[in-house]
Amino acid sequence: MTMAFARIQWPERVLVGDVVKVRVLVQHPMDTGYLQDLLGKLVPRNVIQSLTCTWGQQEVFRVEPSSGISANPLFEFFVRAEQTAEMHVAWTDDRGVKGSWRQTLLVLPKSSP
Amino acid sequence: MKLPPLTRRQGLRQALRVALYGASVQLWPGHAQEMASGQSLSLAQMTEPLTQGARLLQQDVKIVAPVLADNGSLVPLTVQVQSPMTPQDHVTHLYLLSPRNPVTQMAVFHLGPWNGRAEVSTRLRLAGTQQVVALARLSNGEFRYGQMDIIVTESACVDAS
Repeated sequence: MTMAFARIQWPERVLVGDVVKVRVLVQHPMDTGYLQDLLGKLVPRNVIQSLTCTWGQQEVFRVEPSSGISANPLFEFFVRAEQTAEMHVAWTDDRGVKGSWRQTLLVLPKSSP
Repeated sequence: MKLPPLTRRQGLRQALRVALYGASVQLWPGHAQEMASGQSLSLAQMTEPLTQGARLLQQDVKIVAPVLADNGSLVPLTVQVQSPMTPQDHVTHLYLLSPRNPVTQMAVFHLGPWNGRAEVSTRLRLAGTQQVVALARLSNGEFRYGQMDIIVTESACVDAS
């Protein structure tokens, strides 16, 4: 099992007041519990139970996926940019494995060139 | 192999059968494919446990997804809700529901006024052709929903092994 890994993306230039699209891609098998492996044994269910995105002190996005979300899940949402802060993505799966990823979202003042 | 001679009457009957089947597939694309999970929930069966009798309207919610998804394991889907996203009036929860998947509630998104726009995208697993439902809960306790037919040629619940 690879280490918990995520990738976050947003536009290069973010100004104060912009509504920014944030993309979160998590590396996770999201096993449904209905499929079999090569030997015909059922693979136990292992999906992300909850994923939260906290920006600064504010929890800006939270999703509770199920087996109905594809492997290596991608989530896109919008957030209103107010000030530069660290985006912290954290998730937990059925096995209790916790993953997290931190990246600073830089917000430029409105009058910047 | 030698086929018995086809009379005119039998030929017409067969042609009519094929035509009727084609018409039914056109009218109800969801019935074109039989699914292994066997269940097909109605809209009320899916939404009632969530709405608990609150007001539910089919408006303001738009689903953007491919009409024909070749692979049910990965169906990109975007949900847009018409909402000002102010502290007084915003979307608090967004549910993605599937009538045919073994797990009806595919995902719940928690949103708030800080999002600025009530729009989320993700990639779904679908167990066959079905009408996907996006249900939004507003801050005043009401619900809005939107539906979309997605034709899936290969179910996500088929083993690759």
